Amino acid sequence: MPTLSANLSTPVSPEPWQEGGFGLYIHWPFCQSKCPYCDFNSHVAERIDQTRWRDAYISEIRRAGAETSGRVLGTVFFGGGTPSLMQPDVVASVLEAIFDTWTPANDIEITLEANPGSVEAARFRGFREAGVNRVSLGVQALNDPDLRALGRLHSVAEARAALDIARATFERVSFDLIYARQNQTLSGWQAELTEALSMAADHLSLYQLTIEPGTAFGARHDRGLLRGLPDDDVAADMYFATQDICDAAGLSAYETSNHARPGAESRHNLIYWRGGDYIGIGPGAHGRMTFSGTRYATDTPLAPGAWLDRVARTGSGEANRDVVPPNEQALEYAMMGLRLSEGIDRDRYRRIAGQDISDTALARLAELDLIETSDATLRVTRKGRPLLNAILRELLA
Amino acid sequence: MTDPRYIRNFSIVAHIDHGKSTLADRLIQLTGTVAERDMRDQILDAMDLERERGITIKANSVRIDYPAKDGHTYVLNLIDTPGHVDFSYEVSRSMQAVEGSLLVVDATQGVEAQTLANVYQAIDADHEIVPVLNKIDLPAAEPERVKEQIEDVIGIDASDAIEISAKTGLGIPDVLEAIVHRLPAPEGDRDAPLKAMLVDSWYDPYLGVVVLIRVMEGVIRKGDQIKMLKTGAAYKLDRLAVLKPSMTNIAELGPGEIGVFTASIKQVRDTRVGDTITHVKKPCAKALPGFKPSVPVVFCGLFPVDAADFEDLRTAIEKLALNDASFTYEMETSAALGFGFRCGFLGLLHLEVVRDRLEREYDIDLITTAPSVVYHVHMKDGTMDELHNPADMPDLTDVSHVEEPRIKATILVPDEFLGDVLKLCQDRRGIQEDLTYVGGRAMVVYDLPLNEVVFDFYDRLKSVTKGYASFDYHLTGYRQDNLVKMQILVNEEPVDALAMMVHRDRAEMRGRAMVEKLKDLIPRHMFKIPIQAAIGGKVIARETLAALRKDVTAKCYGGDATRKKKLLEKQKAGKKKMRQFGKVDIPQEAFINALKMDS
Repeated sequence: MPTLSANLSTPVSPEPWQEGGFGLYIHWPFCQSKCPYCDFNSHVAERIDQTRWRDAYISEIRRAGAETSGRVLGTVFFGGGTPSLMQPDVVASVLEAIFDTWTPANDIEITLEANPGSVEAARFRGFREAGVNRVSLGVQALNDPDLRALGRLHSVAEARAALDIARATFERVSFDLIYARQNQTLSGWQAELTEALSMAADHLSLYQLTIEPGTAFGARHDRGLLRGLPDDDVAADMYFATQDICDAAGLSAYETSNHARPGAESRHNLIYWRGGDYIGIGPGAHGRMTFSGTRYATDTPLAPGAWLDRVARTGSGEANRDVVPPNEQALEYAMMGLRLSEGIDRDRYRRIAGQDISDTALARLAELDLIETSDATLRVTRKGRPLLNAILRELLA
Repeated sequence: MTDPRYIRNFSIVAHIDHGKSTLADRLIQLTGTVAERDMRDQILDAMDLERERGITIKANSVRIDYPAKDGHTYVLNLIDTPGHVDFSYEVSRSMQAVEGSLLVVDATQGVEAQTLANVYQAIDADHEIVPVLNKIDLPAAEPERVKEQIEDVIGIDASDAIEISAKTGLGIPDVLEAIVHRLPAPEGDRDAPLKAMLVDSWYDPYLGVVVLIRVMEGVIRKGDQIKMLKTGAAYKLDRLAVLKPSMTNIAELGPGEIGVFTASIKQVRDTRVGDTITHVKKPCAKALPGFKPSVPVVFCGLFPVDAADFEDLRTAIEKLALNDASFTYEMETSAALGFGFRCGFLGLLHLEVVRDRLEREYDIDLITTAPSVVYHVHMKDGTMDELHNPADMPDLTDVSHVEEPRIKATILVPDEFLGDVLKLCQDRRGIQEDLTYVGGRAMVVYDLPLNEVVFDFYDRLKSVTKGYASFDYHLTGYRQDNLVKMQILVNEEPVDALAMMVHRDRAEMRGRAMVEKLKDLIPRHMFKIPIQAAIGGKVIARETLAALRKDVTAKCYGGDATRKKKLLEKQKAGKKKMRQFGKVDIPQEAFINALKMDS
């Protein structure tokens, strides 16, 4: 055991998992259908051998646990895909293995992403009994034609019913909406958001529709067939209207697209944005892990079958484990951290990067009222939020 | 040495694509000058660029031995002249080196503007001219109409025109006989002191500079000590040869003969087209008339896209200049574009050729700034400055007046497009001098300011006439006009690389077009950017580029970090490719695209 004097004479910087938290992400890669805007790693399968998946997850949990023993686990997140397609008993076995492996925080947050359909809602009680205490529902829109255009299988009525069941079942409930959709007007969105807030519990994720390459929307867009998308000026107006309406309802943005009552933020997602450590398990899952001061990025095979095979064959689903050099760590910290309204800790940035952000860049952006800065923190202003990428290019050039 | 009686020297005058190179190929082939296995198309066009563009940039020559029907073997020297107006001085020197010309006209097309300029040079040089109608085998050929046109437009007798097809070889023997019997033999006293004309020169990596000469009087031999009258430089001849077309050594060249020599000359710059070559001992009394140093008339800035390529660009430009005495360069620093070179050219084609060669042969990406002509800026103190770069225009309070170069442009155009052509010329401040009809086509002659032509006149002319017009010009002199420097201000700061000289009456129109173009070319920034055109302190056109309002990633979670980080790094790299100007990033292509006019 090190002596007290030794500790005092050589101050040790806290590691990311101590400063930003430590969580576990589990990826379930299957959906009933593929939505045209989605570029996540999701697949539609005829038959899924849930037992095989359960065993693979548990094997990975044991492996990851071996190198992180002693850490307190703050969060678990079942993402996808559509993890509400998992059988509740599989979720229960996986969580059992997790509790068996790590010491959970007293207030551990266990989130599961769910489709707001009637089939999924019937499983909510089972998920609750397995240990899930927070759900995030992909509601996406509050009118049926738009839901169909987004390729969603549920209706608004089903979503409302699922939301009611969720609120009755889980301590914490969030739902997602997509806006700046085709043919959506500013006033249309204002009305929809107001309606959504009346349904909301304490957390909302509000994403502007992004046309990603490699998606059905992306292909349609390239051929000039995706009409009626709001231009960037209208999209910016929608963004600011969103802030106004949510502020008035007490659900201010704590991140670019995430709104919550104070204390109701997604603690798991905060780990990403605060530059904490997270284990990624499942096909295509990424992780960031720090051991003895060295930060690593991990990833796994994208294809569900390839991942299962790898776990079975080698005893590890990890495909790559790369050192993240300090300059890239600093870039990630700023890129993720500036999404948060709390901003980043400049001292921590300096420690990672070994240098400060350019004063000229800071001065120029402050002059434009896009950032606010003190010696201790750097934050993006309300005006700067929809320009974050441009701000980052300027800051990190 | 050949008896001048059995020498015939000639050139070929033709419009692009009318078959000059093919005819030369046939003459070379038919006389067995080049073995069949060494023959390739356009054998006299050495550069890839020359072959690709179908133009000749450097003069070249070939010596053909032709056993004529009269039983004598004749030496025929063909000098292939540059076919473009940019090189009109070089053409005139080549014309002085020969006694006759074949005027080749496409029998399906008729006389073109470019043919006219060159044929007038041949007439000025007192040439005997033999009209040759090419492509006679094509169904669209109209030999009678074209003959009439030659007589009407050029004013020479076309009744004896030779009808040929250079492609099939039809009529080629008749051409060879006509050269022998219709063109005069050269004259010259072989006992007089040496007097030879420097026709052209080029750089050969193995031999150094190769000089093409025509002997007027006297005899030149290998080992001779010679000097150039204009430069005063003296050299010892290493090698004397004739081009068949490969270099074949020869002991001596006498009056009327054409050949090449090498003399350990390092740079083409040391040899001046039109200079007189004589012996160091026993020099000739008088130089040949008409010597003119080459003067660049169009200037532009060339900057490396990547500032790190500056040294490579310098090396490339120096190498290119070794072989092109008419191309000038000096270092230039631009606030917008960094380090580069201000380069002078004989004309627009010359500019394009040099730029193409730099990009292609030396693999350097370039930013080309707007071509500018040379203005004469007369100061109030009575002095005159030559202005090569609009950015250097002195303060107006010190300027008395400005003169600009004018040209005489000849345009041949089918009647249906005449209205559009007249409008284009009027819009470009042209003054009509002549309008005549020649066999269904109009020939218009305009006095135009060169600065209205250097940028996109060719392109506009081509587009309004669907490519049916032909155009040629020559410089006529300088004239005073109401010329002002127009500055472009981006975010309140003048961008030197976009400054231009314009006529005051056209300034608003050009200024408006420029700021509108720039508004589309500059990406939106996080703040709004005024883009203004101004003369002196007065803004004459203004646009505002609205501020960027949205550029954010909607979703960014743990699994997105790596991908989004790479995207950000890519965007950072893209930003580096733009030119930072004050707080504004301007993409490099904006500098040239901003100048393109839609009307």
